[in-house]
Amino acid sequence: MAVVDETGVPAQDVRPEAEDAVLDVRDLRMRYGTTDVLKGVSFTAHPGEVLVLLGPNGAGKTTTIEILEGFRMRSAGEVRVLGVDPAHGDETWRADLGVVLQSWRDHGNWRVRDLLQQFGRYYAPYSNDRITKPWDTDELVEAVGLTEHAGKKVRRLSGGQRRRLDVAIGIVGRPRLLFLDEPTAGFDPEARRDFHDLVHRLSDSNTTILLTTHDLDEAEKLADRIMILAGGTIIADGSADELARRMSTESEIKWTVDGRRFVHSTLDATAFVRELFVEHGETLGDLEVRRASLEDTYMSMVKQFESGAAEAAVREFTAVTR
Amino acid sequence: MTTINPTVNAARAGFARGREEIRQTFTNSQDLWNYLFPTVIFLVVMFFMRDATVPGTEFSLGSRTLPSVVGMGIAFGGLVTTMMSLAIEREDGTLLRAKAIPTGMFGYLVGKIVTVAGMTLAAQVLVIVPSLFLLDGVQLNSFYAWFTLAWVLALGLIATLPIGAVFGSLFSNPRNSGLIMLPIMGLVAISGIFYPISSFPEWLQGLAQVFPIYWLGLGMRSAMLPDGLSAVEIGESWRHLETVGVLGAWAVAGLVVAPMVLRRMARRESGSSIAERRDRAMQRVT
Repeated sequence: MAVVDETGVPAQDVRPEAEDAVLDVRDLRMRYGTTDVLKGVSFTAHPGEVLVLLGPNGAGKTTTIEILEGFRMRSAGEVRVLGVDPAHGDETWRADLGVVLQSWRDHGNWRVRDLLQQFGRYYAPYSNDRITKPWDTDELVEAVGLTEHAGKKVRRLSGGQRRRLDVAIGIVGRPRLLFLDEPTAGFDPEARRDFHDLVHRLSDSNTTILLTTHDLDEAEKLADRIMILAGGTIIADGSADELARRMSTESEIKWTVDGRRFVHSTLDATAFVRELFVEHGETLGDLEVRRASLEDTYMSMVKQFESGAAEAAVREFTAVTR
Repeated sequence: MTTINPTVNAARAGFARGREEIRQTFTNSQDLWNYLFPTVIFLVVMFFMRDATVPGTEFSLGSRTLPSVVGMGIAFGGLVTTMMSLAIEREDGTLLRAKAIPTGMFGYLVGKIVTVAGMTLAAQVLVIVPSLFLLDGVQLNSFYAWFTLAWVLALGLIATLPIGAVFGSLFSNPRNSGLIMLPIMGLVAISGIFYPISSFPEWLQGLAQVFPIYWLGLGMRSAMLPDGLSAVEIGESWRHLETVGVLGAWAVAGLVVAPMVLRRMARRESGSSIAERRDRAMQRVT
């Protein structure tokens, strides 16, 4: 388990060697004016891992990912992306990265196949003995499920099709590391499922993926590891199972005594229930013990965070997960 | 496998990009209309001006206007088309896509140059060809005339395109870039496009001669009109040396400043800056 305390130093996990890490972020800080958006973010990622950066809106997910993409300067901290500081990454470095951008109305007059062909051309000089770049256009179109629409103009695509094109553009250079910022915003359930399949296929081919979302359900479905970003630091880091187990320590207990109903939340349900039996014995009835799910805990944290009580929310959340 | 130089590769990809964009313009009725509409207007204006004469001569004012309009068209292509498309493609994320791709920014710029130069050229052909049937006195029948036309065109594009790119990078909102159209229209009015400026006050003449539009008009007149008409120009000469001097100075200034401004603009592009502009644009729509 990789519990991270507020200073960003892993409490239990042994940090792997930086050389085999695709991403190595230590004490990343970002300040806009007088506002600290990131207050010391640290994490690593290994080849083929799917990392999900989860957090409420405004938690700094986009800022983090843009710093890693080399699109934004950081205020402080050590960052290595594929072994290179993204602030000084050259074109060869860039050729190993995939960035999935949100399209809006750019390249509306281009046909899907022509556009992928055009963007693919730039990667040709960066082929090596391990990998041939770019991805073959027709194979790529098929991989993202746009074969029927390959001859369509981009502006004639539906929202979901357009998003698949964005992903195709992001992976046309067969990246070793792929960034996806809120990839499924505005997706219908089917498009979402298709997209999840695509992410799994990419990670099977050893592409490391970092994606951001504020949707816990999505994080659970995709992630090898979830990192929860809130209040400028990573407040939890682990697989979905690990996080769920850790957070489900908080339970809600309902019971009646002589027909009167009671509710209580506690970290140690077993001890509390033992007490109840000792105290009330035969008069105790309708006993119900329900463990709070990861989602319950996360949602209450998000709700508090968005209502402005950020510090308190993070403190509470951290206490629960400890 | 032979190794390909990434820069050469990107230049080729940029050429392909420019060709594709030109093809798209010619197969898109909206874009085509945007090019044809002003052409039709100019043709009508010149047609009705054909019986008026250039003051002090017997020469048709309409025929004098044709080369001037071509010169103005080149300035517009280089300045306005470049500026507008950069401003728009910054807002819609085209530039950010280029930035996310290795050597993509270089390829994008090559593509932009090919598109603007190609479309400017095409637009001038659209004006010149029908005019040759409608107007008398325009002479494009010697090697020297074509040679002059070619170098004025090339130098004009090199002088105006980088400046257009600089303005395009400065405006974060493409709708604001429309503001710059007012001074440009003002410059057209004082640059002798539709009427000789030798009768204008001297300070106005001086002002016009600082900017490329006047010199592009003059250069094109020198290419397409009989030599005798140089008599009604300022200094009673086609002043090729001065034309090269002023357009060359703009070219050098633009080529020095544009890369700096473009780099600064490119550095600032990110997903969130695009999202911000998108949200703002959406608000304008609703």
